[in-house]
Amino acid sequence: MTFSPELEAKFEKLLKSYPPGRQRSAVVPMLLYAQDELGSVTGELVEEVARRTGITPLEVNEVVSYYSMLSRQPRGKYHIQICTNISCLLTGGEELWEHACRKLGIGNKEVTPDGQFSLEEVECIGACSWAPALQVNYEFHHHMTPEKLDRLIDNLRKAV
Amino acid sequence: MLYNEPSPLEVKVLTRRFGLPNSQSLDTYLASDGYKAFRKAVEMGPEKVLEELKVSNLRGRGGAGFPTGMKWGFVPRNSPKPKYVVVNADEGEPGTCKDRLLMENDPHQLLEGMLIAGFVVDAHVGYIYVRGEYRYVIEILDRAIAEAYERGYLGKNILGTGFDFDVYTHTGAGSYECGEESALLESLEGKRGVPRIRPPFPAVAGLYQCPTVLNNVESFSAVPAIIRDGGAAFAALGTPKNGGTRLFCISGHVNKPGVYELPMGFNLLRMINEVAGGVRGGKKLKAVIPGGSSCPVLKAEECDISMDFDSLAKAKSMLGSGGVIVMDEDTCMVKAALRIMRFYQHESCGWCIPCREGTLWLRKLLARVHEGGGTQSDVPLIGELAKNMLGRTFCPLGDAAAMPTIAFVEKFREEFEAHLNGAPCPFESKPVSA
Ligand SMILES: Cc1cc2nc3c(=O)[nH]c(=O)nc-3n(C[C@H](O)[C@H](O)[C@H](O)COP(=O)(O)O)c2cc1C
Ligand code: FES
Repeated sequence: MTFSPELEAKFEKLLKSYPPGRQRSAVVPMLLYAQDELGSVTGELVEEVARRTGITPLEVNEVVSYYSMLSRQPRGKYHIQICTNISCLLTGGEELWEHACRKLGIGNKEVTPDGQFSLEEVECIGACSWAPALQVNYEFHHHMTPEKLDRLIDNLRKAV
Repeated sequence: MLYNEPSPLEVKVLTRRFGLPNSQSLDTYLASDGYKAFRKAVEMGPEKVLEELKVSNLRGRGGAGFPTGMKWGFVPRNSPKPKYVVVNADEGEPGTCKDRLLMENDPHQLLEGMLIAGFVVDAHVGYIYVRGEYRYVIEILDRAIAEAYERGYLGKNILGTGFDFDVYTHTGAGSYECGEESALLESLEGKRGVPRIRPPFPAVAGLYQCPTVLNNVESFSAVPAIIRDGGAAFAALGTPKNGGTRLFCISGHVNKPGVYELPMGFNLLRMINEVAGGVRGGKKLKAVIPGGSSCPVLKAEECDISMDFDSLAKAKSMLGSGGVIVMDEDTCMVKAALRIMRFYQHESCGWCIPCREGTLWLRKLLARVHEGGGTQSDVPLIGELAKNMLGRTFCPLGDAAAMPTIAFVEKFREEFEAHLNGAPCPFESKPVSA
């Protein structure tokens, strides 16, 4: 399997970050960085990461199924993750979540038919004091309201 | 970046560089006493540094409040095995958002803290385990690390001291349980984040079964100030046995939610009213979760309390991770308890049965009560089920789920009872104040 030169460089650096014989440590970061490039964790990727870290594909699969950010299903180009945990709940996170579902016409972990957006209800993302909060891919958005969410989605649509 | 206005009541020790131009850069760090503590530590030697840490009364900021100096002292310095420094930057406890700020605004302060830890226990490699959602923070840390290598603050023979130290960032990929220290180490070894049986503790058998210093971001970030200004000065900022300041993350129904650095022992009511601008919309205070979602809730009348580990333990709650979650009079306590249980059930790693099954059944019971389908016997059943989990799970996640539940049921029993036998939630019609 071949990856972009940037990702290859990242892998090389990762595999050197752990003591000799401990390359298995790189499994989770390799999977996540590769998913960012490929869109999902494919069977081929599992085999490749297993080969490069010297463990079995089964051992890699065990890891994949544990971590919530790793996904075997492709997500939308813009993966919108809305926190509804306690601090966000208290400040309107639930309303925000319901609004997003209506606006995009999809539910939790679903993707819009054009592949542009996906939605996920997530647990605390570490933005509690600036709640309600969400992430679009890795970007934080604080103090959200349904109106701000509308604007955000409309702008992303225009950018498509 | 700063996401809220500072408060004039803050005492800025760890956050003193926040808001300076280029606060992430090595130059800004050096211009404000940066890396002086490391030089001083090398002159003092490991024993004196440990002593200073003990004097400082610094207690772990990750949740449990264990004395940091004592923890470092447990590492067998003379072990022939390699030793490691690991930073817990998983920041997953709901209500907590401070480690993110410490890393994005002052990454070198954390690196210097790690360097001093490495020097004290004779470790030469450190990892910063950062939750996967904080990608931009990892990028900031990586830039700071690269800058430190370029200018001789990391790598071989640091500042001519003969001490070598390498630092790497490591991304998580979505798991609250990986914030638990032994699960974190499993995850860092490339496995599922399942906890280990202890003892042995990480200080003796941690990463790759080698002696490991593992602390929270804020704990490491406090070390440079302690060494630079002395343990006694740090201790004096707080209360007896609770040294220094702490970053309190105030969230929920207040006018000015935000992260504020305040002395240990700051009064909770003052924190809500004077630092965070009071309960919003002129409403009455109902309850506060004082230290992140796993800490037992305090009723409004219990909030005249000193925010330190010991006072909260005395009140049968915890200071935890510093997440102060404020709830006004219109908040449904059943719903709050349910949302918190949904979280723990989702995050239970499934390894041990009392936690896996206990959180599931508690979630189902709480949901039934909140929907109005509960009967009289459900309320005591929730409390009993939760009590049966206490102390019977492999790692403290089970306790973290059970403790707040017990407090919600005991302190707000009448609210649970008002939901029974088909009654609609009495709070459902009350809109969330925006
Ligand atoms: C379920 C669970 C989750 C935890 N999550 C975190 C976390 O995200 N960050 C953290 O620093 N400590 C967390 N802890 C506490 C760690 O196990 C450990 O005590 C702490 O990192 C030690 O550092 P300290 O002594 O500096 O507090 C968690 C504990 C449990 C039981
Ligand atoms: S509770 Fe939503 S970001 Fe923490």
